[in-house]
Amino acid sequence: MPEVIMMPTLTPLLAELVLALGALGLLMFGVFAGERSAPTVTGVSIGLLGLAVLLVLFAGGDGTTFNGAFIQDSFARFMKVLTLIASGFAIAMSVGYARLAGFQRFEYPILIVLATLGMLLMISANDLISLYLGLELQSLAIYVLAAIHRDSIRSTEAGLKYFVLGALSSGMLLYGSSLVYGFTGHTNFIEIANVLADGRSTGLVIGLVFVMAGLAFKISAVPFHMWTPDVYEGAPTPVTAFLAAAPKLAAMALTIRVVTEAFAPISMDWQQIVAFVSIASMVLGAFAAIGQRNIKRLMAYSSIGHMGYALVGLAAGTELGVQSVIVYLVIYVPMTLGAFACILSMRRQEHMVEDIESLAGLSRTQPMTAFMLGAIMFSLAGIPPLAGFFAKYYVFLAAIEANLYWLAVIGVVMSVVGAFYYLRIVKLMYFDEAEASFERMPGELKAVLVLSGAFVVAFLVFASPIINAAGTAAASLF
Amino acid sequence: MILQPIFFYLFSAVTIAAALMVISSRNPVHSVLFLILAFFNSAGLFVLLGAEFIAMILVVVYVGAVAVLFLFVVMMLDVDFVELRQGFLQYLPIGALIGIILLVELVAVLGGTIIAPEVAQQVAQPIPPLAEASNIAAIGELLYTKYIFFFQTAGLVLLVAMIGAIVLTLRHKEGVKRQDIGAQVGRTREAAVELVKVKSGQGI
Repeated sequence: MPEVIMMPTLTPLLAELVLALGALGLLMFGVFAGERSAPTVTGVSIGLLGLAVLLVLFAGGDGTTFNGAFIQDSFARFMKVLTLIASGFAIAMSVGYARLAGFQRFEYPILIVLATLGMLLMISANDLISLYLGLELQSLAIYVLAAIHRDSIRSTEAGLKYFVLGALSSGMLLYGSSLVYGFTGHTNFIEIANVLADGRSTGLVIGLVFVMAGLAFKISAVPFHMWTPDVYEGAPTPVTAFLAAAPKLAAMALTIRVVTEAFAPISMDWQQIVAFVSIASMVLGAFAAIGQRNIKRLMAYSSIGHMGYALVGLAAGTELGVQSVIVYLVIYVPMTLGAFACILSMRRQEHMVEDIESLAGLSRTQPMTAFMLGAIMFSLAGIPPLAGFFAKYYVFLAAIEANLYWLAVIGVVMSVVGAFYYLRIVKLMYFDEAEASFERMPGELKAVLVLSGAFVVAFLVFASPIINAAGTAAASLF
Repeated sequence: MILQPIFFYLFSAVTIAAALMVISSRNPVHSVLFLILAFFNSAGLFVLLGAEFIAMILVVVYVGAVAVLFLFVVMMLDVDFVELRQGFLQYLPIGALIGIILLVELVAVLGGTIIAPEVAQQVAQPIPPLAEASNIAAIGELLYTKYIFFFQTAGLVLLVAMIGAIVLTLRHKEGVKRQDIGAQVGRTREAAVELVKVKSGQGI
């Protein structure tokens, strides 16, 4: 007699379904309407992401579905909203560039939507298989995006490099997952935690190390950061802006969920790994960025450093620690998007300029942009009372509460070192002789810059609701 | 009793050695041959696990795909086959070696059941037992019920791969003549045929 199989509940993943079906529909529309459809597809894609935000916020349906492979809780909802917003802004920021650089392809926003879908699946992953599939959906779309300027050698090189190294990291992740499965007999995070509560074997620790290595690659933490500067530099700038924000959020959320749910009983083991990766990232991010002349490479090292700071909170392994990581990410995303809005507007004579020196004297040619970029740079350096200061304050506080004094001390010292290169940009803009001015900034970049600048400057105004929401999100994991 | 571990180590060792040879051999054609060896031995590992469907699929799909890969190697890389054929004897030992390894494995597998008939019971049992459902039915039942979420997500990953391949490689060439069936069917006699009266002794 055939077994009756219940239809799994679909309410927890309504947003994902909308994105998947929407992307398929847009793909059909784009194929039949041809290249002219690019502006329409871009607009509808942003609309889809907005609709997904509403569904995540208001459709409810907390809990697991598909036999525990997919989980929706307040942590997932918080990170999903943040990711969707970051992706939406990334699509909006590409509009002007696509028009001027002549790659108006309708596949571009669709690939971003599919990558975002992968990120949502990563954030909601509650099983090693869904973890891998979400990660691969996201990564594969981003490999293509990095190489989308296919006539440019740098872009194709960036895409190929990211693809090869990404495949290597997927291999490590899969190898680690197979060891974890082999030593626990489960792929579900909750079941893995149940088995680990009775003790662990050495083989499992090897699996844990490989899984963490694969995840560290995706958040570009040292020692798996090698791809970051080259890919950031080679990929088209709007893709770099996307790459620096949304995927980092999703990968960090995935890391948090893996360590606090699946590996919660062996926190001593993964805390060492996270602490090491965090210190290495902070040190490399601070020192390697000093010699950079290309602003995209500089942002790459800056993002490596920032992931290191965020991991300080995770190394604490407490609820407060996870809350501080979430607050850090909330602040990191607008700072990054704002900085990239400025980088995207650095155009002279129909060409993008990426040299830091070309920002010289920006305060005289474009005082408003210079002020906003200056505020963002001060915030990235972590100077009070701007948003970046509070981000660092909360992660260091969490480390101190968990008695990780040395981690907090190294973090503070490294942010002083890192302040040097952020402040050099401010010095260039305000105290050096002006070169020729940039072309006029497109409207959508202006909007992103003003929004992120306002967020950074006036963070104190909305600090408490954000911190409270992050607290609720973190509480759902413990 | 002891035979199953022996086969496991045989298959795994040969798989790893062949995989190493795939990336270390200078000649791409040799790499392809070692790849085939690696696939056959992985299939052997699957048989040991009792997953004979996956084992057969591995042989059919991958070894089949290797034939395609072989064509790609021939077409896309600049392998000088005249030079290769000159050194045919030189490469004969490697080809023979691969053949012998495969032969030894086959003899060992077939011989094993004759020497020790109880080995057949040692093979890990697939879940559910083969008496209740065959491998294929069991996979199908799981794939479309318990693992439907993973199945669909994997489908999306493949879709992205397809979009990527098209985005990065498809170029619309100018001036290529394509068949337009609508235009062909829509042609009328008037548009296609012109009747001209030609006077004798004059051309058109």
